[in-house]
Amino acid sequence: MNSSQQLTMYQEMLRIRLVEEQIANAYAQNEMRCPIHLSIGQEATAVGACAALDKTDYIMSNHRSHGHYLAKGGDLKRMIAELYGKATGCTNGKGGSMHLIDESCGFLGAAPIVGGTVPIATGVAFSIKMKMHREVVISFIGDAVVEEGVFHESLNFAELKKLPIIYVCENNLYSVNSPMEVRQPSTRQIRDLAKGHGVKVLWGDGNDVEQVWNLTRKAVAYARSGKGPIFLELATYRWLEHCGPNYDNHIGYRTEAEFKRWKKKCPIGQYEKFLQKNRVLSSSQIKVMKREIGNEINKSFAFAKKSPFPEESTFNKHVYAN
Amino acid sequence: MSRQIKYFEAIREALDFSLSNQPNAFIMGLGATDPKGVFGTTLGLQKKYGKERVMDMPTSENGMTGVAVGAAMMGMRPIMVHQRVDFILLAMDQIVNNAAKWHYMSAGGKKIPLVIRLVIGRGWGQGAQHSQCLHSWFTHVPGLKVVMPSSPYDAKGLLIASIEDNNPVIFLEHRWLHNTFGDVPEESYRVPLGRARIAKAGSDISIIASSHMVIEALDVAQQLSKQNISAEVVDLRTLRPLDEEAILESVAKTGHVMVLDPSWKFGGFSGEVVSLIVEKGWKSLKSAPARIALADCPIPTSQAISTQCYPNKIEMTRVACEMLKEPFDEIELINTASGVPHDVPDSNFRGPF
Repeated sequence: MNSSQQLTMYQEMLRIRLVEEQIANAYAQNEMRCPIHLSIGQEATAVGACAALDKTDYIMSNHRSHGHYLAKGGDLKRMIAELYGKATGCTNGKGGSMHLIDESCGFLGAAPIVGGTVPIATGVAFSIKMKMHREVVISFIGDAVVEEGVFHESLNFAELKKLPIIYVCENNLYSVNSPMEVRQPSTRQIRDLAKGHGVKVLWGDGNDVEQVWNLTRKAVAYARSGKGPIFLELATYRWLEHCGPNYDNHIGYRTEAEFKRWKKKCPIGQYEKFLQKNRVLSSSQIKVMKREIGNEINKSFAFAKKSPFPEESTFNKHVYAN
Repeated sequence: MSRQIKYFEAIREALDFSLSNQPNAFIMGLGATDPKGVFGTTLGLQKKYGKERVMDMPTSENGMTGVAVGAAMMGMRPIMVHQRVDFILLAMDQIVNNAAKWHYMSAGGKKIPLVIRLVIGRGWGQGAQHSQCLHSWFTHVPGLKVVMPSSPYDAKGLLIASIEDNNPVIFLEHRWLHNTFGDVPEESYRVPLGRARIAKAGSDISIIASSHMVIEALDVAQQLSKQNISAEVVDLRTLRPLDEEAILESVAKTGHVMVLDPSWKFGGFSGEVVSLIVEKGWKSLKSAPARIALADCPIPTSQAISTQCYPNKIEMTRVACEMLKEPFDEIELINTASGVPHDVPDSNFRGPF
């Protein structure tokens, strides 16, 4: 990886962080009237994985999808406008934060039913295979998805048909507020389940963006070559509450000490230090980046706020296709 | 040119035509390629169109429905089939949350041209989990279309139209219809979704039915005609979109209405039809509408007690006569009954399913 790629990855992680911080700041104004699930602390998985894809490749995601959308090349203005329920949003206010859909950047959609998009992404990979195209699909999942039957149904089929799909599991240890120990046995790893389906697995540190990028590159090469699906498990951690703009260490389902341990492994902070140590990134560059990103964010929020709401008459449009 | 073929053959012709006419159409279903070919409906199609376009699949109803949604989203036209509707309960998440909503959630950006064929069982000890009619579960959901053909002609024309439709379509075939005969043109044709048909014209009472209930309704109408009662039979063909006009027109003519539903009454589709008539055709009504439906319990297996559960023609005739204040002779009816046991569609039917 050359230094310009490194700077791009750093810049993209920083952008996602600052965007989500601004969403959190502005949320109290009650103008973004939809549930939001922020990915602060998990930026490396989105950025590292999407950096290994081509523009024409596809991804599908879940309730925590802002980072995935932006990392895949989504339009920030259209995303913020969607959160504000505006006509200029990527689905004209029909979807909101939990249903970002934007084919123009290969982001085929997100949904909050746990595991809901996994078979759909698998079906997209199936259509690619049937059409003998070269694209690959990433299905972003959380650790709880492997508790759903549909995950196993999808992996079984993907392996059976050798589909070009990469299941990227962001294991952040919690499903809403329920920790791993109440949900899954400690006698096996998540990736062992994928292995059980005959699916090749890779795993690593989800807060190390270069490691994520390297692992995903291998996975993409494998999937694109027709060898079949591949499962990538990445360890990471959600800093904020499951849904909403706040920290929630005080409510008691996890400890402050655990949070602090993970905060030390901040994907952006770590990478920043690494790049500075290697003289790829300077303090002044960081300042410039923050200023530029800040400007873009301000413009995007201003765009969203001044955009019109969808026409009232659109509420029942697109129930059926012609 | 038209000739007489069976309902299952009409289905197969519709699939055959659609595979030849729609390059992106493909069939998948457990047993779709086995020697029985889903009651004969898919026989020979794999040989003709290849393993890529007519395929068996894992026993994963929910996952494979999601796969079909994903493929449909990318421009394919999946046709999925299950040998009983009861299995589709495992896939309600993908049908209701995704198939029905993706076009809407994507603000029209994506279409989901998907057909799910489901077979409704009845009789021969099908029991609690192989004889449910769950059409009302699907009609409840905006974004889905629900089709229930009663004749071989409609089966072919509606299936071709369903496969060409750009929306998810739940296509329900009653097992007791698969071996019924009817006139079916050899060439392809479409029966538009959302149009009911007057299966028999009449002036005294409207009998509203769909799927196998249309056969029963026609029998009842014939019985009533012996008493000079002229019954009109409205075959809904499509439950969603529903041909409201056809129902209201018929009731406007007759003023009396009996709705036949192969499923339960409570929370079911017959209530939807009656609501429509009450809300929009109140002034036409000369008597309270009646509903004939399945007994309000799971269906037992033993033929000795399942006889109490399915809607029966004697009951239908009695209700119609009472509504019209005409005499009703149950003994006479029982004496003239066909003698076919209640748990088979005809005397030639053999198990297992």
